[in-house]
Amino acid sequence: MTTTEAPTRLFGAAIKRREDPKLITGQGNYIEDINLPGMLHAAILRSPFAHARIKRIDTEKAKSHPGVVAVYTGKDMESLNPLPCAWQAGGVKNNVNTPRALAIDEVHFTGDGVAVVIAEDRYAAEDALALIEVDYEPLPVVVDAEEATRPGAPQLHENAPNNICMRWTCGKEQETDQALQQAEVVVRQRMINQRLIPTPMETRGYVARYDAGTDEYTIWMSSQAPHVHRLLLAAFVLGVPEHKVRCIAPNVGGGFGAKIFVYPEMAVVAFASRQLDRPVKWVETRRENYVATTHGRDHITDVELGATRDGKITSLRVTTYANLGAYLSTIAPGIPTTLYGRMITGVYKIPNAFVEVLGVYTNTAMVDAYRGAGRPEATYVIERIVDILADELGMDPAEIRRKNFIPPSDFPYDNGVGMLPYDSGNYEPALNRALELVNYEQFKRDQAEARQRGKLLGLGLCSYIEVCGVAPSKWIGLPGEGWGAGLWESANVRVHLTGKVVVTTGSLPHGQGHETTFAQIVADELGVPYDDIIVQHGDTLGTPFGYGTYGSRSAAVGGTAIFKSVQKIKEKARKLAAHLLEAAEEDIVYENGKCYVRGSPDKAKTIQELALEASVGYNLPPGMEPYLDDTTYYDPPNCTFPFGTHVAIVEVDPETGMVDLLRYVAVDDVGNVINPKIVDGQIHGGIVQGVGQALFEGAVYDENGQLVTGTLMDYALPKASELPSFELDRTVTPSPTNPMGVKGAGEAGTIAASPAVVNAVVDALSHMGVRHLDMPLKPERVWRAIHT
Amino acid sequence: MFPAEFDYTAPATIDEAIRLLQQRDDAKILAGGHSLLPAMKLRLMTPAMLVDIGKIPELRGIEIDGSLRLGAMTTYRMVLDSQAACSRLPILVDSISKIGDKQVRNMGTVGGSLAHADPAADLTAVMLALDARLTARGPNGERTIAIDDFFVDMLMTALDPAELLTRIEIPLPQGRAGTAYAKFAHPASGYAVVGVAALLSLATDGTVQDCRIGVTGAGPKAQRARAAEDALRGQQPTADRLADAAQQAADGLDILGDIFASADYRANLVRVYTRRALEQAAARAG
Repeated sequence: MTTTEAPTRLFGAAIKRREDPKLITGQGNYIEDINLPGMLHAAILRSPFAHARIKRIDTEKAKSHPGVVAVYTGKDMESLNPLPCAWQAGGVKNNVNTPRALAIDEVHFTGDGVAVVIAEDRYAAEDALALIEVDYEPLPVVVDAEEATRPGAPQLHENAPNNICMRWTCGKEQETDQALQQAEVVVRQRMINQRLIPTPMETRGYVARYDAGTDEYTIWMSSQAPHVHRLLLAAFVLGVPEHKVRCIAPNVGGGFGAKIFVYPEMAVVAFASRQLDRPVKWVETRRENYVATTHGRDHITDVELGATRDGKITSLRVTTYANLGAYLSTIAPGIPTTLYGRMITGVYKIPNAFVEVLGVYTNTAMVDAYRGAGRPEATYVIERIVDILADELGMDPAEIRRKNFIPPSDFPYDNGVGMLPYDSGNYEPALNRALELVNYEQFKRDQAEARQRGKLLGLGLCSYIEVCGVAPSKWIGLPGEGWGAGLWESANVRVHLTGKVVVTTGSLPHGQGHETTFAQIVADELGVPYDDIIVQHGDTLGTPFGYGTYGSRSAAVGGTAIFKSVQKIKEKARKLAAHLLEAAEEDIVYENGKCYVRGSPDKAKTIQELALEASVGYNLPPGMEPYLDDTTYYDPPNCTFPFGTHVAIVEVDPETGMVDLLRYVAVDDVGNVINPKIVDGQIHGGIVQGVGQALFEGAVYDENGQLVTGTLMDYALPKASELPSFELDRTVTPSPTNPMGVKGAGEAGTIAASPAVVNAVVDALSHMGVRHLDMPLKPERVWRAIHT
Repeated sequence: MFPAEFDYTAPATIDEAIRLLQQRDDAKILAGGHSLLPAMKLRLMTPAMLVDIGKIPELRGIEIDGSLRLGAMTTYRMVLDSQAACSRLPILVDSISKIGDKQVRNMGTVGGSLAHADPAADLTAVMLALDARLTARGPNGERTIAIDDFFVDMLMTALDPAELLTRIEIPLPQGRAGTAYAKFAHPASGYAVVGVAALLSLATDGTVQDCRIGVTGAGPKAQRARAAEDALRGQQPTADRLADAAQQAADGLDILGDIFASADYRANLVRVYTRRALEQAAARAG
């Protein structure tokens, strides 16, 4: 018998991502890398008008252009169904206005697809776009969600009077209004959470290959959820059985939420491939990415917060116009409702809260989940208004937070606005640690001294909570929150004859490092070398169904499915070892990849030996099937609720309004940490995007519905040179929701950073009477606040 | 991202390039390509032919004695690598080191930037401050154009369609003189929302003998801030005098607004960055 060394514990180890050597040496495989024999290329003609009737389309000249194989319009694709809206929150079911593969009769936003050219190469396809003649009859345009609801505003869809898609509420309206009336102090503020453009490095792209011999489609897609896309495309759009569609997401160059959704171009390439019996590729240009891929945020919110004179919050009322764009994207209704309204009370014990959300159609690109999805908007509202209350009362922002934190003894905690109970939390240690790291008391002295010299220093806090691993299906699904499906995850673990382990998962990494962290989980639990484990994902052929990766759910849900599959494998291994060692099963210990009879560790069977025995199958206990192979479909009992406190310190240039982010401290509690390096990386990236929203980013449509921030020359993304080195720390409050005690870390930074930075800038100007500034804090906006 | 079809030719001599430009009025000169090619990829420009002047040896190179002479196709990188040029004119480092990124600086050219006359380019203001003289060659031979006459309007210069910018000559400031460039960069594009280039030369008594201030980003073309220049001549370059002069920097300028910065705010930036550039130039004048 051979013995292997007990592996050191990998759960919690900051090992490097195994994905990276391939990706950073150009050996990744993205959609643009997929080239099939006979493949054609698609280019899409997009509406230059934000709202117009299509009176006539003439494609004849385009069709005769050299290299062009076909030109299709929306009418040619009438056999395809409109795309489904999968999250029917707020009762949108009978009122759904989703995009079609290509627009028919009317376009509703600049960039709406009108026709597609399929050609031998992309250049020919692009040339032919200019040869398509379209007669448009321009119609009135509205881009602002509040204006769109006013009487007489231009109408987008007949079935949505005043462009209102849904009115959704949560909490206690009467009690809240009464508490506000009785409150000793009430602060009010209108806040704009501006529209953002997700901007993944890899734009969207799809390759479809229809096989006439088998009547099957294979679609390569840059996607965060290939199983869901297969389901929705087959059943709802193409009208073919699900088993006739295979979806493959190869390496995915980022998504930030925008690749969760079903898009028209998926249907376009599938349709064209079937018509022409050749593979068809479409890869989005950056300009198309900006006009035609979903955007995020875009809320107009009025908030009222009531409190006692000594700073105890009594009531919160929030009214939000959520701009949903021209059509409903796949999960758009769920973002400003379940993921926003139900998180509005944040980390505070607020006895009376009420949220009203109007989801509104406008002549703009569709709005859906973008990193954080609803929680950044909620956190911004509560963390800004709490600072405004502190200012009103002359209280220290840290003190007012401490005073209102939900105490640790209150968990599980019901926040009163319909979220599931917060699983665990201990908010004050994270705040205290963050204040200690920034040396809060010293900063206050520095700030006062700097003001004497005309220098504007500010410090901003954000104590956030978010919801990750959203589940269980019976809550989030149709009867409850309106998500038209479940939110479980699945995983298969197979130990091959050679002892090598193959994990297949329905999760879909696109930067999160699943191949590393999932292998860490298996290495520890199964007791096999890390390098003997491979994690496979992304192909609906060969991986079990999964809902995909978003909402910081993969560790808590997908990871737990793997963890549970490994437990099942270990159970079977113990049974087999009992048989081979001629012992009772209950006497078998599984430890570090070995099974032995309690008290006799020297006579052990390794998992590799057991895998071999299970595979060759000569000597199995009666009734045991061969092979170590098990699958778990895991539906968690609750969500997880990470939290923390972030602190930003800024200096504002009074002459220009330019904000310099001097320091950024983040203390996060994401439960137990599988890989600290990956969690830190997620927090870093999240902070950068949150700072981006606070200082730089903002999609702007003009009154005609033209996206004036339509390129990376106009839309400012944050750059490394504009950021300090982040100072990170953690507290650890394990989640009781899942056996690994993990919570989720993918969005925390984005959620916390925007309010922290805005609070810091407002603090820097507070002695000038500035109480609120809307994002992005462009230099001119800050300069005007100083000079008026 | 997919330019329209075009012909490409790379002449070996200036005269051949001029001949091509004469023959084809739908041709466009390709220098470093970092403005032209992005515009072509968006099909904002669709020239039928590109005349690549990158293979003409005499257009490249740096000479320095009483003046600094740059071949029009001298890249940003080559200028930054010239110790002699950068030590005499630190304004070149201030400005060029902040243009685009490394890749852009490796490809982009001094002449390309000037001939393109982007209203937010950096070198337009720098050359105004340095009083550069430009040499152009066309069908009728060679001529010299003063920089003050060169920028006509947004993306328009004094060059004729078949004329090629060949050389930029910059007089080297004598005696106690200092140059500096201060820029407020657009957070997305990196172009100047406002960029101010300043040259100060001092008389033996320490007063300002000459002062030239070039402003870019603020309006349709690079402009001189003449009111501020006039205010400074004959003054001691004290912090107060510089600040007073800078207060007049936006006077008489054509200033435009956009979604990032209104005309009002840009005027403020012109004043602030003029003071900063002047302070730096004065410090360098010693």
